[in-house]
Order: sequence, then structure tokens, then C-alpha cells
Amino acid sequence: MWRARSAAKQVWPRLAAVLALVAVWQLVYQTGFFDHVVLPSPLQVWGSLRANVADGSIPRAAEASLIRLLIGFAVSVAAGTLAGLAMVASQFIERSFGSLIIGLQSLPSIAWLPLAILWFGLNETAVLFVVVIGSFPSVTLATVNSLRQVPPLLERAGRTLGAKGWRLYRTVIFPAAVPGYVGGLQQGWAFAWRSLMAGELIASGALGLGQLMNASRENLDTPEVLAVMVVIVAIGMIVDLAVFGAFDRRIRTRRGLAVAG
Amino acid sequence: MRPAVTGPDLRLEPSPQAGTAPAKVSLRNVARTYRSARGGKVSACTDVTFDVAPGEFVCLLGPSGCGKSTLLNIIAGLDRPDRGEVLIDGRPVSGPGPDRAVLFQEPALFPWMSVAANVDFALGLAGVPKTERRDRRMFWLGKVHLSRFADAQPHELSGGMRQRAALARALACEPDVLLADEPFAALDAQTREILQRELQRVWVETGKTFVFVTHNVREAAFLADRVLLMSAPPGTLVEEQRITAPRPREFDDPLLAKVVSDVHRHLIKEVEKVVAREIGG
Repeated sequence: MWRARSAAKQVWPRLAAVLALVAVWQLVYQTGFFDHVVLPSPLQVWGSLRANVADGSIPRAAEASLIRLLIGFAVSVAAGTLAGLAMVASQFIERSFGSLIIGLQSLPSIAWLPLAILWFGLNETAVLFVVVIGSFPSVTLATVNSLRQVPPLLERAGRTLGAKGWRLYRTVIFPAAVPGYVGGLQQGWAFAWRSLMAGELIASGALGLGQLMNASRENLDTPEVLAVMVVIVAIGMIVDLAVFGAFDRRIRTRRGLAVAG
Repeated sequence: MRPAVTGPDLRLEPSPQAGTAPAKVSLRNVARTYRSARGGKVSACTDVTFDVAPGEFVCLLGPSGCGKSTLLNIIAGLDRPDRGEVLIDGRPVSGPGPDRAVLFQEPALFPWMSVAANVDFALGLAGVPKTERRDRRMFWLGKVHLSRFADAQPHELSGGMRQRAALARALACEPDVLLADEPFAALDAQTREILQRELQRVWVETGKTFVFVTHNVREAAFLADRVLLMSAPPGTLVEEQRITAPRPREFDDPLLAKVVSDVHRHLIKEVEKVVAREIGG
């Protein structure tokens, strides 16, 4: 009962914002201030979305994009975690590469694309490269910060109970770092998703949502462009809330930490 | 008639007990200096020498900053002395070990484990086989009245219950020595009193060697066989008082009231030195 009410409380404001946006959009459309080719009505976009889902073009493109994203994200989680552990293990690595990685994070990942195209061509690999380089710095920094923020008291308690070396890390320090690390993965995921869309739009040699959107633009099919954008937002939000959000809430509830939102 | 409390004993030689039985814990001229934030050197404690007999309950008492927590960390093996040495059963301490359990000011339970899992974790590190852990865990949780809360997560317990769980975790490994760093300081007065009583009972039942750091004179007088008073920083021992009142003790015991006022007078002198230095400095 309480759960259902609280879920309604969560959903209602979000739904209201979306409805308000659609209403304003419809009003602007009806004034006729913009050409209807440039700004289609919400209903037209809805129709295009349904048609594209029905004929399988959006599902196929979304599947291709998601597979690419999973591969790229998996690589950046592996690389980022290893780099983060290396930085925690060695002060020299942290001093030398740490600032480099912060610098890397301030460079928009799409700025790597021209170089990636020169190296790999207008293909899958170039896009994957951009996804990895866009998301692995935040995974690295999250690994480092989450380990740094482990309360010294827990480490001391573990040591006095007799845990040391690898065992201390495996049983005390890593588990204590999990909430911060998951937050970092969430951020890395968001970066990966954005980098993927940017990469697919430009280096669209392969099937994907970005490529589909590009094709729609070439056909001057504005409703389809907007329909794909809606899908991109929806996928991003579902993964963020349903996967990472749910995992984060579970950890925080179990440990009695504040649950956000 | 109960044996009277001995008067202040200003001789800082090893205690008489240490002469008859080999000491469980020995500190020899221990000194520790820290680098302050401004780059200067701060001496936490200097030239501290004392023995703790097996099964003895010793309270280290002193004004804040006198290095009593530092000494405890050195005995625990979490910190190293700059000079001097710490011996357990005559062997120098080289690091933390399951022979010395520590109770911190905060319970330091692992938040991702249930109360039972916290105790089991310690038992596992102590090498207790899996088949025996359940019984050992339930026995010690029972001792601190937490049997019903074995499956709770630490954050679901009150502050006092958490500190009890930490005590059960420390005792379950059956360490030779228990080290406590103001474990009840963060609790409210009533809970503190209940836990002090429980600790007294558990100590009487188990006979563990105890080194207990506190700045609470009443707590020290209630719990200790011997109170070691430390000076204003850099801390060193300035007074030793043996408390022979029989156990179980009560907080309103008139013998303890006398000890409390004696020790308090000495402690205040040291605290005043600290305050004078702060105001003057």
C-alpha cells in the first residue's frame, strides 16, 4: 500500500512534466509559426514511432546500438577498474596518470572521432573506440574515489580482526567501496550512451539508432527523427532508473544509507 | 568489612602483580611523535612504561590529547612507537593480530553484513571451522543479549546494541587481550551505565586482560583493578591507583566515590595545565 503510494508519488511529477511539454509543443504546432515539415505534431511523431516499431526498424536499430554499447561499456569497466586499482596501488601511477585522466575527462569524447576515423575507418571499431574513451575515465575516477572514501575505521577494524593483504581488500575494503563504485558505473554508462549516439551519427557505417536518425534526416522525415530521439531518451532513462537506480537503492537500504529521491 | 581502597601510589614501578606472574602486556619507554598539520612535531606520549598482569583490568585515564588512544593503537599494532617497545607475553608486537581485539569508540561493524555475519567474519579470520561458528556466535551474542537480533543489519540497531554487537564480535575470537578506546563515550548516560555493568559481568565471567582508555573517572573507578593517570601532553604516567573494591561493584559504592574524588583531583590538575597552555599559547 505504502509502496504503491510512494511509487505513484515518484511517477506523477515526471508524467506531469512530460504532459506539459507535449501540450506546449501541440500549442506551438497549432499556431503555425513553424513549417509543419520542420515541426511535426506530437501525434505525427507518435504515429511514426508506432510505424517504425511495427516494421521492426526501431527495434533492430536499438538492438544493434545496445549490443555495441554493452561491448564498449564492458571494455571501459574492465579497463577503468584496472586503471583505478593501479592508481590506488601506486602513488607514482596516480601522480603521473591521474591528472592525465582528469584531463581526458574534460575532452568531449566526440572530439576523438576524427582521429578514430583516421585510425580505424568509418566503421564499428571507430564508434566503439569513442564509447570506451568517453566512459572509462569516469569508471577509473569512481574506482579511485570509492576506495579512497572507505572509512579508515572499517579498515582498522578489519586489520585488528586479523585480515591483511589481499584478504583485507577482498573482504573489507572492496565491499565497503561498492556504493561509490556503482555510482561511478552509472555515470560511466551515461557517458557511454551519449558517446555512442554521437559516434553513430557521424561514423554511421553500421546499423544503429544514430544511423537511423541520420537516414531520417536525409529523407526530411522529421517525425521519424523525433521518434528516434524519444527512443534514445527512453532507453537512457530506463537503464538509469531501473538497472542502476534499483541496484543503488538496494545497496543503500541494506546498509542504512540515505536513499536519494 | 570490605578491603579498603589503597591510597594514591606515586611509585611508578611495575605493579606488584607483575613481579609474581609474567606480564601479559608490557610497555617499555614507549614514545610517539606526530607531524602536525603546520609541519612541526607534536609529541603524543613520551617514556611510558607499565605492565598489565594476565586477567587484569587496567584503565588509562587522562586529559584529551595526552596520547592515551595513541598508546592503545600502538598496543593493537595499528601504530608503531618511535622509541621503546610493546611486548605481549614477552614477544614484541609487530602488527595487529587476533590475540588482541579492539573496541573502538564507534562500533565499526561492517554495514553490508548482518550482526551474525559480522561475528562469523571474525571467527573465520580466527580460524574457527565453519561447523563451529554458529554455536560460538550464538553463545557470544547471547552473552550480550542480542540473540534475537542476529539477522538484523547493523543500522537497524540502536547505538548501545551496536556497541554490544561489537563486543560480541571482539569476544567471539577469544582474544588474550581486549583493548578498548572509549567504547561508551558516544552513548547516552543511561545506555552507558547499562553497558558498563554488562562489561563488568562479561569481564568477571571471562577473566580477559583489559586495557581500557577513557576520560571518564567514574567509568574507570567502576571497571578497573588499576587506574593509570596520564599527564597533560606529551602524555606520560603520573599516578597509579589500585582499586580493590570487590565485584560486582555498584555505582553508588562509597569506596568508589572516594577513588573517584581522589583521581578526579589529580586529573583536574592535568586538565588545568592543558587549559592554561591553550589560553597562554
